[in-house]
Amino acid sequence: MQINDFSVTFSTINGSGSATANNTILRAISKMGVPVSARNIFPSNIQGLPTWYNLRVNAAGYKGRQEHCHILVAMNPETVAADLEKVVEGGLVLINEEILLDELPAGMKKIPMPVKMLLEASKTPTNLHIYLANMVYVGILAWLVGIDLEKIEAALQYHFDHRQSAVEPNLKVVKIAFDWAHQNLANPGDYKLAALEHAENKILVDGNTAGALGALFGGLQYAAWYPITPATGLAEALNEYIPKLRTDPQTGTTNCVVVQAEDELAAIGMVVGAGWAGLRAMTSTSGPGLCLMAEYLGLAYFAEVPIVVWDVQRVGPSTGLPTHTSQGDLTFTYFISHGDKDMIILLPGDVEECFEFGWKALDIAEQLQTPVIVLSDLELGMNIWEADPFAYPDHKMERGKVLWEKDLETLLKKSGQWGRYQDIDGDGIPYRTILGNLHEKAAYFTRGTGHDEFAHYSEENRDWEKNLQRLKKKVESAKKLVPPAEVLNEEKGRVGLIAYGSTKMSALEAVAMLNRSGRQVDFLRIKALPFTDEVETFLKTHDRIYIVEANRDGQMRQILNVNFPDYAAKLRSAARCDGLSLSAEWIVSQIEKMEG
Amino acid sequence: METTLKRSYPNALGYNRSDYLGLPTTLCKGCGHNSIANMIVSACYELELQPEKIVKFSGIGCSSKSTAYFLDRSFAFNGLHGRMPSLAEGALFADRTLKGIGISGDGDTANIGLSQFKHLVRRNLPMVYIVENNGVYGLTKGQFSATAEKGLKLKRQGENPYLPVDIALEAVAANASFVARSFAGDPKQVKELIKAALSHDGTAVLDIISPCVTFNNQDYSLHSYSWGKGHEAPLHEVEFVMPREEITVEDFENGTVREVTMHDGSVIVFKKLERQYDPTNRTEAVRLLEQAIRRNWLITGLIYVDPNAPTIFDMYSMSSESLNRIPAEKLRPDRKALDMINLSFQ
Repeated sequence: MQINDFSVTFSTINGSGSATANNTILRAISKMGVPVSARNIFPSNIQGLPTWYNLRVNAAGYKGRQEHCHILVAMNPETVAADLEKVVEGGLVLINEEILLDELPAGMKKIPMPVKMLLEASKTPTNLHIYLANMVYVGILAWLVGIDLEKIEAALQYHFDHRQSAVEPNLKVVKIAFDWAHQNLANPGDYKLAALEHAENKILVDGNTAGALGALFGGLQYAAWYPITPATGLAEALNEYIPKLRTDPQTGTTNCVVVQAEDELAAIGMVVGAGWAGLRAMTSTSGPGLCLMAEYLGLAYFAEVPIVVWDVQRVGPSTGLPTHTSQGDLTFTYFISHGDKDMIILLPGDVEECFEFGWKALDIAEQLQTPVIVLSDLELGMNIWEADPFAYPDHKMERGKVLWEKDLETLLKKSGQWGRYQDIDGDGIPYRTILGNLHEKAAYFTRGTGHDEFAHYSEENRDWEKNLQRLKKKVESAKKLVPPAEVLNEEKGRVGLIAYGSTKMSALEAVAMLNRSGRQVDFLRIKALPFTDEVETFLKTHDRIYIVEANRDGQMRQILNVNFPDYAAKLRSAARCDGLSLSAEWIVSQIEKMEG
Repeated sequence: METTLKRSYPNALGYNRSDYLGLPTTLCKGCGHNSIANMIVSACYELELQPEKIVKFSGIGCSSKSTAYFLDRSFAFNGLHGRMPSLAEGALFADRTLKGIGISGDGDTANIGLSQFKHLVRRNLPMVYIVENNGVYGLTKGQFSATAEKGLKLKRQGENPYLPVDIALEAVAANASFVARSFAGDPKQVKELIKAALSHDGTAVLDIISPCVTFNNQDYSLHSYSWGKGHEAPLHEVEFVMPREEITVEDFENGTVREVTMHDGSVIVFKKLERQYDPTNRTEAVRLLEQAIRRNWLITGLIYVDPNAPTIFDMYSMSSESLNRIPAEKLRPDRKALDMINLSFQ
């Protein structure tokens, strides 16, 4: 018997309303205090194509994707044969009895579900049956693994926002199915849930919503965007929460504006304009949109305009797999736009960090006066994750070196002059004025062409080089501001593993598996570029370092090679891009293979 | 030009005309763009605008460079080719008391920037959008732009095979609230139209034919000085009257004057010429522009205006204070708000 440690794959048809059923199960289990995670594997389609929901229960809290499942809920006749290949030996197959199946592979147990009969027995309105059919498997699974019916009811109340007209028929079907199973089936008892105490106050939220909320608590004032999967949810969450969080209840006025642009070229242009004008500004997109933003990102870097760009990565190149996840935009983002430049990149590893980096990115951008790109991905962005409640920002908003009228007057009195691109403090970060500053010396000319310290047009070779070298200094300043890389287990061994972003989830588990099997592997998680000092130390102190990532070419390894050529021979790549997040099993198999 | 040079005394706000100047131009001698820059200086001076309350925007090209040649005391952002509108759409939200002046060219607006131009116009962001239209790419030394007429010949390009884009017509089609056309060779009209545009609460599109003396000033070209002078068909004589000034139209008989009151109380006075034209009638504007294309007229004047069209700012309910002056503590919701959010996810 496996208690609080098993996985379920729900195989359904896109557009059949399975999301309600699946989210209900997720929330109900979470409410039992049992650590649970789930990911949607879905097509780029509105209705009709196969879709899967992989749910994992794990008492230790591991959330990585698994290659196999213990229980299959088969509601799609088209895919059942292939789905069965993913079921472990001894696994359970809950199958709509109308799906014809010759025979089950040896060692699997079949539980036919009389979906039609139970719907009829529920006496719910016939026209709702297509939406209620999935509630049958909710009820039978609840009986099978022991999901508390009260928690299911609570989850339905949450889902339907306490609309009883919606809750009642759904709950009715769940209960009928539960009772039927109880009376007619023998419970194999292989996989069971047992309620736990510790996780009671966990929240369930997707990374896109978390990122949007982080930005709103970071004082975001202007967002422009263009619809694109899988980033759309981020901008839509802004729209949802601005009335609640950023609107004056007395006057009904807001201090945060969202504009849906005509394309990504315009979305980033608007954000650059807003950032230049002193607004906390952000856009959100995915790979194809980021391509269109490349030129303005270069201008923002060169003209020193603080902006934040969220890239919720999907699979590229090209249109790629729009509804599948990858970490394939890292090198593009790092090197984006022509000419020499350095991009600040934040790499959230969970929804808590989507929230945290949501506000932090705005601080860092304004402190450095440069673009900050947050690399999320579909895995984080579009799936609902169990998380600790969001932590309130632990320090005040950092607005950077801004001169309003009085500040400028003081500076002028002290130094006699002010130049927009003068490095007064030696950190490469100049002082900026903002439009609306009515001091007669405040205005300056912002351009993408060569300029001197006083923002005057210049094609002087020395001016160009001096300016570009100053910009480089910002990288050192950035290292003090970005979230430092983190060593996640005690450093003992000679073998290291590096992961970042959503791959953290399976990497953590892989490291534990390797360590259990007697291989000491230390784990460093990179949270930002430029690399903080911890990265070089880790490279220095380990003999072989595996860089684990969800892309074909090992992009983080490429960037590490560029930054630390002396250690390049130590670096090994465990990289893969097939549209799915990496599983711990796969990571372990790669490292074992290379370690020999 | 003469009238502007004479005025060296300070305006009501205490600024001399020189307070509105920019850097010396680096454009070619005789370039229409210089004349337009000059008229912007005069218009701002005469309208008694505070230079610090103006923000300049531009894209890429000869025209876009010219933002450096006026209003040195104003903030400016010289952005990317064809993508100045988006910059302004972000920046002008920061402080709605500022006036935006965008300078673009025909390549910048009608080729690479057509999309952003039309979306700007459709959103009706309050700003002046001047297209210095010469039908040719200057900085890359003489290629056709989208406003070049079919059959135009250029040294290294041969003959232009395509029909031109009519910027004023595109603007009207995109529901512009202010569309004017002028000719750099008619500085007085240019100045009055700029003044009217600056007083307009919405996107004010000014398509100014501004001959390129180096690459496209052949007598037969629609964008040359001599063609413009020979074919200009003014709709009216335009005079801009500030809110506190008295309207004194002396030399015209009754019935030959029409006034349009702008949002800020200023008045544009149209002294009618032969043509009877109503610039508040959109259908009429489309008909006129079509007719001008067929008859080879360079129609100049205010083609269309709707002083009360809602602007992009009317579409958002924003707090009255300047967004970029709002202190941090007002931008970050409190702990209680986050507790509520966390609770809502449980």
